[in-house]
Amino acid sequence: MNVIRNVTCPICGTLCDDLEVTVKDNVIVDAANTCAISDAKFMNYSNPKHRNLTPLVRKNGELRETSLEEAIKKSAEILVDASYPILYGWSCTSCEAISAGVELAEEIGGVIDNTSTVCHGPSILSIQNVGIPTSTLGQIRHRADLIIYWASDPYSAHPRHMERYTAFSNGRFQKSEWAHYVARLRGILGKKRLSRASELVLMKEAELPVVSGGKLPPKFETDKRKLIVVDVRKTRSAELADFFIQVEPNKDFELIQALRLLVRDEEVETDQVAGVPVSLLEDVADTMIGCDFGVLFFGVGLTMSSGKLQNIDAAIALTRDLNYRTKFVIMPMRGHFNVAGANIVSTWQTGYPFAVDFSQGYPRYNPGETSAVDILSRDEADASLIVASDPVSNFPRRAVENLVKNPLIAIDPVVSPTTAMADVVLPSAFVGIEEGGTAYRMDRVPLPMKKLVDPPQNCLSDREILQRILHHVKRLRAQRGIA
Amino acid sequence: MKGLLVKDGFVFDPMNNVAGEKMDIAICNGKIVEKIDNCGVIDASGMTVMPGGVDLHSHIAGSKVNSGRLLRPEDHYKDVERKTPVTRSGVGYSIPSTFTTGYRYARMGWTTVMDPAMAPLKAKHTHEELNDTPILDKGSYPLLGSNWFVLEHLRAKEYKDAAAYVAWIMRATKGYAIKLVNPGGLEAWGFGRNVRDIDDPVPNFDITPREIIQGLCKVNQLLSMPHTIHVHTNNLGKPGNYTATLETMKSVENLANNGKPNIHLTHCQFSAFAGEDWRSFRSGSEEIAKYVNDHTHVTLDLGQIVFTNTTTMTADGPFQFILYQMTGNKWVNNDVEIETSSGIVPFQYKRKNYVHAIQWTIGLELALQIRDPWKVFITTDHPNAGPFTAYPRIVAWLMSRKARDEIMKKINKKARARALLPSIDREYTLDEIAIATRAGQAKILGLENKGHLGMGADADIAIYNINPEKKDLASNPKAIRRAFSNAAYTIKAGEIVVKDGEITKSVVGRTYWTNVKASPSLLEIEPELQEVFEEYYTVKFDNYIVPNHHLSAANPITVEGRV
Ligand code: SF4
Ligand SMILES: [Zn+2]
Repeated sequence: MNVIRNVTCPICGTLCDDLEVTVKDNVIVDAANTCAISDAKFMNYSNPKHRNLTPLVRKNGELRETSLEEAIKKSAEILVDASYPILYGWSCTSCEAISAGVELAEEIGGVIDNTSTVCHGPSILSIQNVGIPTSTLGQIRHRADLIIYWASDPYSAHPRHMERYTAFSNGRFQKSEWAHYVARLRGILGKKRLSRASELVLMKEAELPVVSGGKLPPKFETDKRKLIVVDVRKTRSAELADFFIQVEPNKDFELIQALRLLVRDEEVETDQVAGVPVSLLEDVADTMIGCDFGVLFFGVGLTMSSGKLQNIDAAIALTRDLNYRTKFVIMPMRGHFNVAGANIVSTWQTGYPFAVDFSQGYPRYNPGETSAVDILSRDEADASLIVASDPVSNFPRRAVENLVKNPLIAIDPVVSPTTAMADVVLPSAFVGIEEGGTAYRMDRVPLPMKKLVDPPQNCLSDREILQRILHHVKRLRAQRGIA
Repeated sequence: MKGLLVKDGFVFDPMNNVAGEKMDIAICNGKIVEKIDNCGVIDASGMTVMPGGVDLHSHIAGSKVNSGRLLRPEDHYKDVERKTPVTRSGVGYSIPSTFTTGYRYARMGWTTVMDPAMAPLKAKHTHEELNDTPILDKGSYPLLGSNWFVLEHLRAKEYKDAAAYVAWIMRATKGYAIKLVNPGGLEAWGFGRNVRDIDDPVPNFDITPREIIQGLCKVNQLLSMPHTIHVHTNNLGKPGNYTATLETMKSVENLANNGKPNIHLTHCQFSAFAGEDWRSFRSGSEEIAKYVNDHTHVTLDLGQIVFTNTTTMTADGPFQFILYQMTGNKWVNNDVEIETSSGIVPFQYKRKNYVHAIQWTIGLELALQIRDPWKVFITTDHPNAGPFTAYPRIVAWLMSRKARDEIMKKINKKARARALLPSIDREYTLDEIAIATRAGQAKILGLENKGHLGMGADADIAIYNINPEKKDLASNPKAIRRAFSNAAYTIKAGEIVVKDGEITKSVVGRTYWTNVKASPSLLEIEPELQEVFEEYYTVKFDNYIVPNHHLSAANPITVEGRV
């Protein structure tokens, strides 16, 4: 038995690096400091039902087992034959693999795009428009006395975020609200149980306390850290918050603009904005100005609700305005564990964070034109390579149709609708479990991913698979006299 | 055995007192040797031969630089590099992508470049980018002037503990030198504040910038670091700040050893402002130059302005916030726990703008008034005052009064009337340029095998199409600019990497870091440090450390600490 400490979790952008994993005979038998999500992953990652374990190539319409060498050669042929291939995915692999991917895209004159194109793409465009005042998560842990999650439910999607970096963490200038948290959590669970029981008995829901009202509660004046959640529905995170503001769906922009006015000491002439009383917003604005260090975390709820780019522009502008009055930072809640790394590597090598087109021999960037979904929707790509991602489930229908009708290569540890539709499937090792490398946390702090166990036979790392494909591609191109 | 002979060039090797003599340079296995037979020959007759260029302050890699790249797609669209059989593609005018950065430096004949600001927590990022910066040898300076461990040890006057920590940081981050940016001010910026001057205590830490500067200067000596402390002053970018700059230099005057330099003031142009506000703004270069001429413990680099659209980026969060307020341009701020802040604002330097025009004169005035070229080096604080690709222009300005006059004619009238610059006749010689762009910088960095062409030096060589016998360079600044923009040859570690301004081969450059050897008791601080560390940081101690193998070609410089 071997306990491996300081393990970085390969799941969400919280990128907790304090996990302790117990390995016995190349099998993970226990994992500590996990959350429900990572626990499930560490206990199930090796389940052969979900894994790709042999290289497959489609012959006569059917995926057949083949040798690794054959699958790699076939992939290289597809890419060399294509005139405008797309390389997509990259948020669940290592920076080393991403780097190999950029080189491959450059060599074949293709497009490399990552999943931020369909999640925080608007946030990135917004940063390119106006910039961003931000910080690392430790800065928030030590200093923030006002924490706002907007359209983000960390309790469910980034379970350890609050405990490690925000409301319930301990900092030099800010003490933990852990005790309050536990008490509140007990209360909520108690009520849940009650409501569950009442549901069963009475077939109707028990009342939960109304949090959202016309005024902030008086106890809000105390000097402890405050946690505010803004969302369209009362999430689990909202229940833990000191205060919950329910915004009408697709009205985030109006709400942010109203706050901007109030922060600049201007008047808002109506009684309500986005379903929220203005008297309450005035209190919130005062709290924002009055804090020593505030932070606004926002989720894809904000980037994907109507207004998209506009919402983020407004949220960043609000944060900028607040910096004239106090210290305030803003941060997107990045989902996949290395989606930040995909943007970062792409930027230092090509100048651009995603949607990079090499068809002219140099990097070109024009999201909306050079992004994967748009290229596929226009039916311009004639082959694709997907790394650790499932666009068949996530892309719009038209894009998927065009994706699967052309040659499709999938590199993935797990079986997915995309691997099922692929023409070549290359089984790979799980980064952070079976393969090491670097990943970047949502605040762009680099962390080492560890190799904890050996991958199954036939499963190479993404990096090695890509390097081998690149090698074949170069050879093929030389043979055919294209260089 | 790989050999090469550079034949019949006019050699400028100031460290070895060679100033334009016609001679051969022999290369074997990447080093300069006495002589070599049976090898390739470069005919350098009629050309100028210098050691490869050295840049001790250029923001080329890491988290902040990359945020700048991300922030400015408009900087990249019009400036692209196509893939060739030997090079990768890239983009970027003021913040080029990593591959392009390496190629562009090499094309100008530069072979060693130091990134001057890395947040230790993000050291891995800096090194990953340096790994992807081809041809150049390089290194990076960890930011320590607002670091909690440093502030706490120095406040308690525990210099040995501070030294032990700094030695550890160099090992942990693979860092090269001690960097201070707005000492203490960046901690204050954590709550949106700043320090006013070098005696204004840092909030919550009860220590003054003066004590931080002096403390780290002592630590630097205790550890026998190869470079001096590298300082971006308090109040940078504010009218009247030259007094704080003088105070900073004076604060370590008494700590100097045998007249050796113990402080480097970086991009001094930004710290040599006189006047009370932007209206009464004027140059403070005379006062600074006078002090530097009268003392031996200070070196500085210029941070010379060029009139262009560029991207300002420093660890000085509060300064960047002021730039944002002044310009209304887009603004990135990124504070890093325990260590530092940083900010980015795009910026356009305009000839017709009074302040910018004066800034342009300040840099040149410093270079021309400081008599000893071993004390003042050419930089643009890339990309803050302009991209590094402007070096050939700056060389031409320094070598040619005519070149300066041409710009002078076109700048803001009031600035022209007030500036000191037109009264200065001095023109740099090629020998002085060789000092200010390579020999002097290598010397102050403590890189013994760089910046000269003596036996055993690294065979990093630039050959320029300049015949010092034929041309009156001062009257022909365009020729200077052309020659320094496109080296006839650049040789890196004995290999020809550039010919006629084009990359012919890409090689991997080394990354230097400082490995301090000291008494074991000093260096065994890890268990104690680890305990506090894990209270402070959001990452684990082990995960913070950059292993040697993370660098594609690590080159530790071992020094003997005196503790
Ligand atoms: S919060 Fe995210 S990174 Fe942390 S353990 Fe859970 S899934 Fe992993
Ligand atoms: Zn700088």
